[in-house]
Amino acid sequence: MISGGDSSFRKLNTMNRRMFIISAAKLVVFTGIVTRLFSLQINENKKYLTLSDKNRLREWKLPPERGEFLDFFGKTIAGNLKVYQLHVVPEQVEDFKYLMVRLKDILELDEKEFSKIIKKKNKQKPWETLVVSENLTWDQFSKVNFYLHELGGAKPVLSVARSYPHKEKFTHVLGYVSQASESDLANSEIIKKNHVPGLRVGKIGLEKAFENDLIGSNGIQRYEVNAYGKRINQIDFEEGKKGKNLRLTVDTEVQKLANDLLLDKAGSISVMDIYTGDIIAMHSSPSFDPNLFLYGISHKDWQEIRENPLKPLVNKTVAGLYSPGSTIKPLVALSALENDVISPKFTVRCTGKMEMYGQTYHCWKKKGHGYMNLRNAIKQSCDTYFYEAARKLGVDRLNKTGLKFGLGEKVFGNTFIDEKKGLVPSTKWKKDNLGLGWVLGETLITGIGQGYIQTTPLQLCLMTAQLANGGYKIYPRIKVEDNQDTAEQIKNKMAFAGIEKLQEKKDDPKAPIIYRRFLNNKEQKYKPLYRNPENIKFVLDAMWGSTNEVMGTSFGSRIEDKKYQFAGKTGTAQVKKISERHRELELKAKDVPYEERDHALYIAFGPYKNPRYALSIIIEHGGTGSKVAAPMAKKLFKLIIDRHEEREKILKQNLSIT
Amino acid sequence: MFQRRTITNDLTFFQKIRSFDYILLGCILLIGIISCYSMYSTDGGELQYHTKSHILRFLIFFTLMIVLSFFSIRFWHATGYLFYLIVLGFLIWASFYGITASGSQRWINLYFINLQPSELMKIAIIVCFAKYYHRTQISDVNSFKNLVLPIAILILPIVLVVSQPDLGTSILIALSGLVVLWLAGLNIKYFVYSSLVFIISMPFVIAFLKPYQKLRILTFFNPDKDPLGAGYQIIQSKIAIGSGGLTGKGFLKGTQSYLDFLPEKHTDFIFTLFSEEHGFTGSVLLLVLYAIMIFRILRIGSFTRSYFAKLYCYSFGSAIFIYIAVNMSMVLGLLPIVGSPLPIMSYGGSSMLATMIGFSIVMSSNIYSKQLIS
Repeated sequence: MISGGDSSFRKLNTMNRRMFIISAAKLVVFTGIVTRLFSLQINENKKYLTLSDKNRLREWKLPPERGEFLDFFGKTIAGNLKVYQLHVVPEQVEDFKYLMVRLKDILELDEKEFSKIIKKKNKQKPWETLVVSENLTWDQFSKVNFYLHELGGAKPVLSVARSYPHKEKFTHVLGYVSQASESDLANSEIIKKNHVPGLRVGKIGLEKAFENDLIGSNGIQRYEVNAYGKRINQIDFEEGKKGKNLRLTVDTEVQKLANDLLLDKAGSISVMDIYTGDIIAMHSSPSFDPNLFLYGISHKDWQEIRENPLKPLVNKTVAGLYSPGSTIKPLVALSALENDVISPKFTVRCTGKMEMYGQTYHCWKKKGHGYMNLRNAIKQSCDTYFYEAARKLGVDRLNKTGLKFGLGEKVFGNTFIDEKKGLVPSTKWKKDNLGLGWVLGETLITGIGQGYIQTTPLQLCLMTAQLANGGYKIYPRIKVEDNQDTAEQIKNKMAFAGIEKLQEKKDDPKAPIIYRRFLNNKEQKYKPLYRNPENIKFVLDAMWGSTNEVMGTSFGSRIEDKKYQFAGKTGTAQVKKISERHRELELKAKDVPYEERDHALYIAFGPYKNPRYALSIIIEHGGTGSKVAAPMAKKLFKLIIDRHEEREKILKQNLSIT
Repeated sequence: MFQRRTITNDLTFFQKIRSFDYILLGCILLIGIISCYSMYSTDGGELQYHTKSHILRFLIFFTLMIVLSFFSIRFWHATGYLFYLIVLGFLIWASFYGITASGSQRWINLYFINLQPSELMKIAIIVCFAKYYHRTQISDVNSFKNLVLPIAILILPIVLVVSQPDLGTSILIALSGLVVLWLAGLNIKYFVYSSLVFIISMPFVIAFLKPYQKLRILTFFNPDKDPLGAGYQIIQSKIAIGSGGLTGKGFLKGTQSYLDFLPEKHTDFIFTLFSEEHGFTGSVLLLVLYAIMIFRILRIGSFTRSYFAKLYCYSFGSAIFIYIAVNMSMVLGLLPIVGSPLPIMSYGGSSMLATMIGFSIVMSSNIYSKQLIS
């Protein structure tokens, strides 16, 4: 019974009143919860949806497949090889330590390799793939597969890796690839974008120069993962793009011959098309096998390469600086003729030495050449004549001609990061850099390619090519691209450019029409580098004499067959100033210590009747150019000219395709 | 409600059946079904352990509730103190011989069930207080004697539960008790004083908290500070709910729970899962079901004649609301994470049993609404 009417009424009243307050509070709380739900699910839905996707989706980048390098004939010179690798994703492994110890056992890793892998693991995110081994042998691969049931989390995979089938043959052209370093990532956006652990990038050479074309793009696997990072299922897969295949202008056969010729020697051989500027071969010796760098070079191999006194790491073709020696003489002669300092008839009597400004300047021929005109001086490489010619010419005018023909400037611009500019001295250069006035005696030795002047083998090759094509500027190239000018087109352009030059000189009645056509073309390329084409012709003829006439310095290496006949100029660059005593002793090369022996040089072009190729050869401390370098040219020209028809065939095929 | 004979002592079985509150029953059943099918989703769309046992428990305890509903309200009044004492006994037993799981000694082994007596205490405390204040005159409510005893009744179980340790449940027991005291007419000044004391003593209380409890409170204020550690639960829960959007990701398609990003998805965070899969629409619908349920409980309270039943229904209705509000605020990131299940929805036998006993007393109040208790 509800007793005591009043009391219980008050009690109920209180309860009802207070219940009302609670109910009001409930309404507020209820509204609060609904509002919160609304704000999370409706207002901020997008934000949380993104967060949820970020939770559940994870991307795995696959390494991009690198583009290949092909030679001119389409043969692979840097390709991709299928390799067996062992991958581990640390966060998917229950007991990482145990797994690693087991793997160490199975793969027979030594302590050093083992700790390297552990270090690598600590640098990565736990869901990133750890590449335990990049190149398993078939034995190791099958062993891992055999024990796979005990190796939870280890994944043997088939992958692709760079391979250089010709090993050391192309090293200094192609460079090599190796694991991307911190600085690679910092300096290149595209590497950063495509980076996956273990990605190989170009370190030097064309591999580095054309990185952006070669690298390709990642394939992407998108997985749904659970909270523990375990892949649940694949959501989608974006296939990566393989990098561009690059076709080079080089000919593997010629490159191989260059390798063979320079075997066990330090030196360089470059071969160039004198119209297109195509590099046919470019070799720096000694070389090394770039495959060694793919998986981290072993200490022993590295030591061997680094400590080799012949310096295999230096790309001598573009980064080796040499005194050009007598190979500069055609250029000195041309400069003297162009500047009307001497005429071809100008004669000097060589007695074997020359006194000037209180110093004695020697000719290489101790007995002297007797009376020499210009053609004979080039042919027999008379130093005395060129002392006199250089004295009359002056270093600054020689400097101008040198620069025009490509000396003192990088041949390939930025393509080879290690390419050097070399040096063609001038009075201004000496004043600016050494702070000293030019001494006339220095002009004399510059005239025979000694002293301050320094050139790379590739520059000498370019210089020879630009002389051989009649004196026109060309643009060296190493990569075949679409719509490149063919030799014929370039020859035509040169002809137009030459006529323009003639137009300035003579009032050829026919010229204006063609001249106007030339102007309308607005073609600024392939400009003539001469003032008078007769001067070029004269120099080329003298070079022919040097190789193909009795008394010529490279007469011994001549080829009689017109098809292969070439013209060249020898050079012997002194490394050390020869003292009077040594001069009297007339030491033979083999009696002098290696480092003090002369460099042997040779530049040449051919076939003489209708020139097409130019080359330069340098053999460090090889002795005289005529004895050591010129014979190599003979072998090279035989092959190069035989291969020429093959090249033309390829060109015609390509034309018919396009 | 509906016309009924005044003699309520001897209702026929048919009359009893007829006088059930079917709307309330329907709400409970609907929420129960929703909970079973949410549990099915937590198991990844397979009839696994959690789902099976949840369905079984729901069926058993729902039946038990209906059976208990036929017990007269007098029975509940008569056994009020005994009920409290038995549960208190269980609590003491648990503190000595309880089963320890995840660092807390909460369960006792009754052979057929592992019982969590603290959950039952949430109901027992209401029944006990309802009986206590049934007789007390309004003028005596605020007397010293009537102040000391209820506080002792309330403090004892709270201390036992806190020492298990189980902060969440002890807070809910305290709130359940306080609701009854409030409705019974305890002077407002006591509530004001005690809240003042509570606020002032907060720093000291925090100093005595376990490190993980402290961390939870700190995390609540800044969950992004340590997203993979202490803040993980709140952040993941918010992501799940927020990503649900208007209509949700669809049944069995809640990626957050399916891929194990959600912690405790069977128990405390069941609403998160539901909300992720069914979105704002589904969540509001569930909330409305709960609202109707509470409204029906309070409605029964307003129609029932005895003070005991009235006080019980009001208190239970409010307590259920508090449990729901605390749980939802927690998963929505409005309150720190404390263990508190969502009534009916959450997995857990003791919570379900307690809730169902609670409902059966409400049902009984409804059936015997004309019955007076001397």
